[in-house]
Amino acid sequence: MTAQPKPLDEGEYNFAYLDEQTKRMIRRAILKGIAVPGYQVPFASREMPMPYGWGTGGVQVTAAILGADDCLKVIDQGSDDTTNAVAIRGFFEKTARVETTFETSKASIIQTRHRIPEKDLREDQVIVFQVPIPEPLRFLEPRETETRKMHALEEYGLMHVKLYEDIAKNGHIATTYAYPVLVNGRYVMDPSPTPKFDNPKIDRMAALQLYGAGREKRIYAIPPYTDVKSLDFEDYPFEVQKFDKPCGLCGAENVYLDEVILDDKGGRMFVCSDSDYCEERREAGHLGPMAADPNAMTLAGGASADHTEEPAR
Amino acid sequence: MTDFFNDDPLLQVNGVTRYYGDRIGCRNVSFQLWPGEVLAIVGESGSGKTTLLNCLSTRLAPTAGAIEYRMRDGAMRNLYQLGEAERRLLMRTDWGFVHQNAADGLRMTVSAGANVGERLMAVGDRHYGHIRETATDWLGRVEIESDRIDDDPRSFSGGMRQRLQIARNLVTHPRLVFMDEPTGGLDVSVQARLLDLLRRLVADLGLSVIIVTHDLAVARLLSHRIMVMRHGEVIETGLTDQVLDDPREPYTQLLVSSILQV
Repeated sequence: MTAQPKPLDEGEYNFAYLDEQTKRMIRRAILKGIAVPGYQVPFASREMPMPYGWGTGGVQVTAAILGADDCLKVIDQGSDDTTNAVAIRGFFEKTARVETTFETSKASIIQTRHRIPEKDLREDQVIVFQVPIPEPLRFLEPRETETRKMHALEEYGLMHVKLYEDIAKNGHIATTYAYPVLVNGRYVMDPSPTPKFDNPKIDRMAALQLYGAGREKRIYAIPPYTDVKSLDFEDYPFEVQKFDKPCGLCGAENVYLDEVILDDKGGRMFVCSDSDYCEERREAGHLGPMAADPNAMTLAGGASADHTEEPAR
Repeated sequence: MTDFFNDDPLLQVNGVTRYYGDRIGCRNVSFQLWPGEVLAIVGESGSGKTTLLNCLSTRLAPTAGAIEYRMRDGAMRNLYQLGEAERRLLMRTDWGFVHQNAADGLRMTVSAGANVGERLMAVGDRHYGHIRETATDWLGRVEIESDRIDDDPRSFSGGMRQRLQIARNLVTHPRLVFMDEPTGGLDVSVQARLLDLLRRLVADLGLSVIIVTHDLAVARLLSHRIMVMRHGEVIETGLTDQVLDDPREPYTQLLVSSILQV
């Protein structure tokens, strides 16, 4: 995946926007992150032409690993055609002229804010996460010097204090996204802001996972087939969200669903958050209970799903 | 307490000195502390009490001197030759530190139960039911009603916070507890209740305590032995009752005679 910069026209950006030295710096951070799974590697995050919180970290990681022959897929909460995804895809189409796709299986690099595609990823794919706050201990321990020391000495009791609070206040572990995991038996990591539904996919995933936090200037990684354990209590084991209905459009079960409001009379349905997965299933002839609904049909036309569950960050 | 008859000291302090630049924090302090013993360090503000306490509890490295502690395996170890990981483990298992201001020793944003349970989780307890049961038990022992277990310490009064801090420290059954003015800033009746509680817990658990206070009454009530400090040096030491009833040094005499009588 080494970039092969094309000769530049007058006034054109370097391949994938960042200059080559910056990309080297980011690649070094990525390599270190892969060598120490789950460890947050500091890097000199650059100012990107988008606001913080819109994926400046993920974009820099993608820019550093993107090659001319790569095929890029960008998703925002599982969907290929929401604002964030469209903007970032357009950014790389313009600055790197790489091929882009909606199809999970066709992509060699997938940049995501939030979701991991439903379809299993392969060894020749890389998934890049946009991370808002990389430090899992941050909300309990505000001092960076202290959290670094806690990581260094493996003092992770505090992480369970957070889960304890959840159970004490809600009766169950109510953390639904950014659910802390233990990577390779060593570092506690925040897979933020991925819903915990996707945590089992992180465990022993075939694809390389790279996490970039632009504002916080951290990169971390999980190499393929690394053990990733979601933290829990013996008497309150880790559980993923369950949905009592299948996807309204394609009838898929055991997938992550978004709630969509259909009209102002209380009409609603649940559809796959992974829009590419849903489309592929419908093309293969799977139909959900709402597929015939005229309101739902407008959605099935490829328009995006509305997002009701926004991480409160 | 059988520990009383143990001849081996728990803590051995030799010539501990701490300078702040040219100024003296504390100088040439040596003493031994035995298991189950309560030692009070008294003196006026600026006499080096807190500096000494911080040196002893590995929060502040001394300029010179050695501090040795008997680990649970019976071996004497120099505290400043322990690795940082070992030292931090010691601090959250075998030791306790009760701050004057409870907010310094508590996590104010998590519930009382989690505050007590944190040390248990830090040493690897991963069973919610067990952690909660222990937390409830300890809240009871420091006289906090069990229905406050899910409340933040922010909603607690000063006295309750201090008691919660004590419970949080004692939950791992430490052998040595450092206390920095534990009753400072509390009104007299709350102070009396806290002292009662402390005295009972210390006796029940056979704790060794080093307590820093400027309040001689606190020293009188809690401690077996007393060390009087002035200008960074220990000027008088002995059994508490003996020193307070029959002070030898002029400064100690002054200190004892300055107590206000009602």
